[in-house]
Amino acid sequence: MDTNIVEIDNLSFAYDKRPILHCINMRISRGKVVAIMGSSGCGKTTLLRVIGGAVRPTAGSTRVMGKDTSKLDRAGLFEIRRRMGMLFQFGALFTDMSVFENVAFPMREHARLPEGMIRDLVMMKLDAVGLRGVAQLMPSALSGGMARRVALARAVALDPTLIMYDEPFAGLDPISLGVIARLIRRLNDSLGATSIIVTHDVQESLHMVDYVYFVSEGRIIAEGSPDEVRGSRVPYVKQFVNGEPDGPVPFHFPAMDFMADLAGGQS
Amino acid sequence: MNGLLDALAKLGRSAIDRIWRLGFACRFFLYMFLHSGTAFRRFRLTIREIYFAGVLSLIIILVSGLFVGMVLGLQGYDTLQRYGSSEALGVLVALSLVRELGPVVAGLLFASRAGSAITAEIGLMKATEQISAMEMMAVDPISRVVAPRFWAGVLSMPLLAALFSAMGIFGGYLVGVQLIGVDEGAFWSQMQAAVDIREDVLNGVIKSVVFGVAVTWIAVFEGYDAPPTAEGVSGATTRTVVTSSLAILALDFVLTALMFTGGNAK
Amino acid sequence: MNRSTIDLWVGLFVAMGLGALLFLALKVGNLASFSTSESYQVQAKFANIGGLKVRAPIKSAGVVVGRVSEIRFDNESYEALVVLNVDAKFQFPRDTSAKILTSGLLGEQYIGLEAGGDAKMLKTGDNMKLTQSAVVLENLISQFMFSKAQEGKESK
Repeated sequence: MDTNIVEIDNLSFAYDKRPILHCINMRISRGKVVAIMGSSGCGKTTLLRVIGGAVRPTAGSTRVMGKDTSKLDRAGLFEIRRRMGMLFQFGALFTDMSVFENVAFPMREHARLPEGMIRDLVMMKLDAVGLRGVAQLMPSALSGGMARRVALARAVALDPTLIMYDEPFAGLDPISLGVIARLIRRLNDSLGATSIIVTHDVQESLHMVDYVYFVSEGRIIAEGSPDEVRGSRVPYVKQFVNGEPDGPVPFHFPAMDFMADLAGGQS
Repeated sequence: MNGLLDALAKLGRSAIDRIWRLGFACRFFLYMFLHSGTAFRRFRLTIREIYFAGVLSLIIILVSGLFVGMVLGLQGYDTLQRYGSSEALGVLVALSLVRELGPVVAGLLFASRAGSAITAEIGLMKATEQISAMEMMAVDPISRVVAPRFWAGVLSMPLLAALFSAMGIFGGYLVGVQLIGVDEGAFWSQMQAAVDIREDVLNGVIKSVVFGVAVTWIAVFEGYDAPPTAEGVSGATTRTVVTSSLAILALDFVLTALMFTGGNAK
Repeated sequence: MNRSTIDLWVGLFVAMGLGALLFLALKVGNLASFSTSESYQVQAKFANIGGLKVRAPIKSAGVVVGRVSEIRFDNESYEALVVLNVDAKFQFPRDTSAKILTSGLLGEQYIGLEAGGDAKMLKTGDNMKLTQSAVVLENLISQFMFSKAQEGKESK
């Protein structure tokens, strides 16, 4: 049994005829926390959706836990998703249920457990994210960071083998951000799971991940451990890591010559 | 010439788009129908939705029913007494409510009260990724979220229509008998003689079930198909009310033509 | 989530809805007729009841004293057998007569009682001997036409 949880070979994906991803190759082994980085709109979220089986690739294969998600039918996909957890960008908590019911949701749906055991498990998960005290509140009463932590508790409710995070740091204050980052690492190690983080927050993620993929315009342009990435000579990576405004990713969206535009010239 | 072609092309595109949507709506209905097991196995889910669709519509249904019945009593008496047959007021009120107004007006109210709420709720769940989250948790949102709402609507609608009719008849009774002074016995006896259980009451119930299916189907589909943005959801909510109101009136004509042309028009 | 309250409301809603359906079936439709107060039943035979309906009022001197509870066809005498449900408050002599009358020209039909002079009163199960059938408009008109035609012949 190989230790790679996710194996992606020559994956390409296009919406209608608009290409999003080209020839992606990835190997993610058990127990690692891997970040997929890149600027907004470069296709990282799509990559996550392909791994989760929400969309089917145009070419190539994605093997998750030994099964090709692009070839599974709905039942097979649901089978494999029970061993996956996913944290959505803004938590995506169910607004019509309390925090407790949100975390209990996957357990109630997939496992026939007695009510007492569900209660204990939910409290355990909520305790792991430090939010046992808000169990009876509705999600609308939570701050953004707290909602994200509850969603994290829900994502790990069934002790998944693979946890995926879609922009877990977006829109958080530095304190919440640090809390979430540490939680991701701790949950990954204590559950023996594998995590994939899609993010554009460089500094925070470089501290906590084992491996980084850089995606730009649908291609992987660099990969390596955090230290390798920091010392990378690839211009795009350098620009990204140091947050420089201009570089391979230009400041200006491609447009006609500025002077010509000012002159009111119609080309 | 070019403008004309453009207009034609636009018309064609929108027609194709509509037919496409209709086809998707039908497939959606079939899928929902086949995946309704959860809604009945875990009936608590449906009960919860009956609360939102049925119980919360009660006030508007009861109050409107009462007023519609009272107006029917006033207007009906005004017309009937010219022909010296004001005792037939009960018949007039009961037949108009049980056959037509009960199912139709209750359906329209249901569409604007519960239908729009269902669309907005499902649309918002989609916009805030709750539907995707459910998918990723290996839970089918159609059987978990959509089907219970659909069946709750279908179960609530006939009850609401019956309550509307009963309340309306009570309103007619209040105005006709208590206020104007039509003979109480004649009011009820003529009503009972003229209203047939199978022909009138049962057909009214069938109508309300059909309207319930139509309204909630449109509501859950519009919600599920809504673009995941604020505008998308608000547009879908409006479309639910408009489409289901039109559907109720059109279906009412068809059903009336099918049911009451058997020559027993009284 | 407050489950028990929701269950209560839904239960109430369903009970109310079913109650409304029952009301439509029983009280608005013609499945059953409730009699509320004490009453006694007497029978009367009519050659023709016209458009008399079950639950039509029974009036005496214009006051409602009861309701028609049942209309049957008597297979021996080929007449209509009407069961009158008269309120126990109102007692009538045994030789009271019953007529089927119409309120207004096209209005509903009812039974009018005219008290007789007997010392004994009507009680449950009694038969009313003196009855007068409903006036059927068609018969009236044809009688009228017939007599006119006869007059025309005689004057020739």
